[in-house]
Amino acid sequence: MIRVQNLTIQVPGFQVAGLNLQVEPGEFFVVLGPTGSGKTLILEAVAGLTPISSGQIIIGGRDVTRENPERRGVGVVYQDSALFPHLTVRQNITYGFRYQKQDRNKDPQRLRMLVERLGIGHILNRSVTHLSGGEKQRVALARALATAPDVLLLDEPLSSLDPAFREEVRRALKDLHQDLGLTFLLVTHDFTEALFLAQRAAVIAAGRLQQTGSVQDIFRSPATPFVAHFVGMKNVLPAAFNGPHARVGNLNVTLDPPLPQHARPTHIGIRPEDVLIGPPGQADGQTNTFPGQVQHVSPHGLFFELGVELNGATLSVITPGNDLIQLELAQGASVSVTLPPSKIHPL
Amino acid sequence: MKRIDPFILVSISTSLIILAFILLPLAEMIAQPSLEMLAETLADREVVRSIGLSVYASVAAAAISFLLGTPLAYLLARREFRGKKFIESVIDLPIMIPHPVVGIAILSMAGRNHWLGQYLQAAGIRIMGSVTGIIVVLTFVGLPFYINAVKNGIEAIPVRLEKVSRSLGASMGSTFLRVTLPLAWRSMLVGMIMCTARAISEFGAIVIVAYHPMIAPVMIYERFTAYGLKYSQPVAVWLILVCLGLFLLLRLVSLPPRRNP
Repeated sequence: MIRVQNLTIQVPGFQVAGLNLQVEPGEFFVVLGPTGSGKTLILEAVAGLTPISSGQIIIGGRDVTRENPERRGVGVVYQDSALFPHLTVRQNITYGFRYQKQDRNKDPQRLRMLVERLGIGHILNRSVTHLSGGEKQRVALARALATAPDVLLLDEPLSSLDPAFREEVRRALKDLHQDLGLTFLLVTHDFTEALFLAQRAAVIAAGRLQQTGSVQDIFRSPATPFVAHFVGMKNVLPAAFNGPHARVGNLNVTLDPPLPQHARPTHIGIRPEDVLIGPPGQADGQTNTFPGQVQHVSPHGLFFELGVELNGATLSVITPGNDLIQLELAQGASVSVTLPPSKIHPL
Repeated sequence: MKRIDPFILVSISTSLIILAFILLPLAEMIAQPSLEMLAETLADREVVRSIGLSVYASVAAAAISFLLGTPLAYLLARREFRGKKFIESVIDLPIMIPHPVVGIAILSMAGRNHWLGQYLQAAGIRIMGSVTGIIVVLTFVGLPFYINAVKNGIEAIPVRLEKVSRSLGASMGSTFLRVTLPLAWRSMLVGMIMCTARAISEFGAIVIVAYHPMIAPVMIYERFTAYGLKYSQPVAVWLILVCLGLFLLLRLVSLPPRRNP
């Protein structure tokens, strides 16, 4: 369990301000944010590796705010593996053994299990300098877990890997979490990693918490325009709300369900794949159907992304290839654009 | 045929001029004394003693720099604090101060009129005209080279390695011994070579603090003023040869090892 209370970190030109996080025991929790949002700072603050200005950090029910990093019981895995270059793979993994108390998991059983699990048995006696990216990251994982930490902190562990290795390490991470029952806290800028790995997540921007909740909730109903962008809801438009309707520029958009009483949103958001495209002239009478014009078409393999001009704004629309042929969609073509009411998110 | 770029031509010719500028006077000096003269000089116990003292005092200065300078180099490489720039300038001061001024400054501290001088005298430590004084001066002028080399060496080690070590249970001291030191020792060796090199070439501050016992540069100077160029050259040649051998040896030790594939 990790609890971060009112955490403030100040570094020149940036600060994390009053952050609260709660990670449940055994949970896989992800902190999401773009580059420079303060994710790594938060992670290092939990590990005690960066000085904090104020706040409290509680790990496994113990207040460790004033503890040295070596006494916090955390394992750390960095994006660049940070393996000790002067040691072999085995020496890296067993680095922390001499600091373990006797009764703790110093036994070779755990080492054997980790080595087997991570498939690094054949490289134990090698120098770490010539390992592949995936091997390096698996060794870093084994090293962090070898000392039986209470929580594992992961700083973008997949970001510097080639796609093939990324899948392999991602799988290993998920399996290890399921088998060990440890608390995992991972920071990343990649929402798909969170979708694959995590149960719950927190989104931060510029050192401030934007939204926390289950990964599915964040994906389905982002709370702010920033989070919407972050989870791939590319179309975010300023809107004025009035009961079951929202005014977007000159368009009157119907909402379903209508806006709750207390909500004070400022934007509507809709995913590119939720926007429907039809032949021109369908516009009359249909709910939320408006005339638009195709501005550009970009192929993405199995699907196409269109930029469609709608009342002065450009919407991003994802459409399968056969639509493109049937509707003769090309730059300049007139189309009708439908925004299904249930797919519109007030933000 | 491909034409050689004029820029490359200019670069190569200026490089050759510089090499000639450094090597010609040295080669000339080494070529001057006859072999008999060199052998004769080596039989002169005063000469051998002075070169030995030069090497001994310089290596001692490097050893002191290693012991006392390493923690400071670590702090400067790893910590941000108020006044860091100031401390860095202070450390560079011995490089800039004229050498006789260094000697005068150290003497004025060690003199009878200064509390530190009185304290040293009470403890039976003599600076003026002693090996101790020579080592003090050589440490003073050599320290900046050691500290700067080691500081750069530690800065080149990713700080994350130390952070991972801490998270694995190692204290700061243990992390230094098991991660920082094994990765920085080569820069420490280079720093000690630089420090020794600087110390062995010191003259201006030494003639003020300790003309006797004579280190090699002072002896060369004395032979030159008393007997002339011809008698100072053999001593100089031996000093150069000894230094060359010493530094080649250290360079060999500090070369990066061949990595197995």
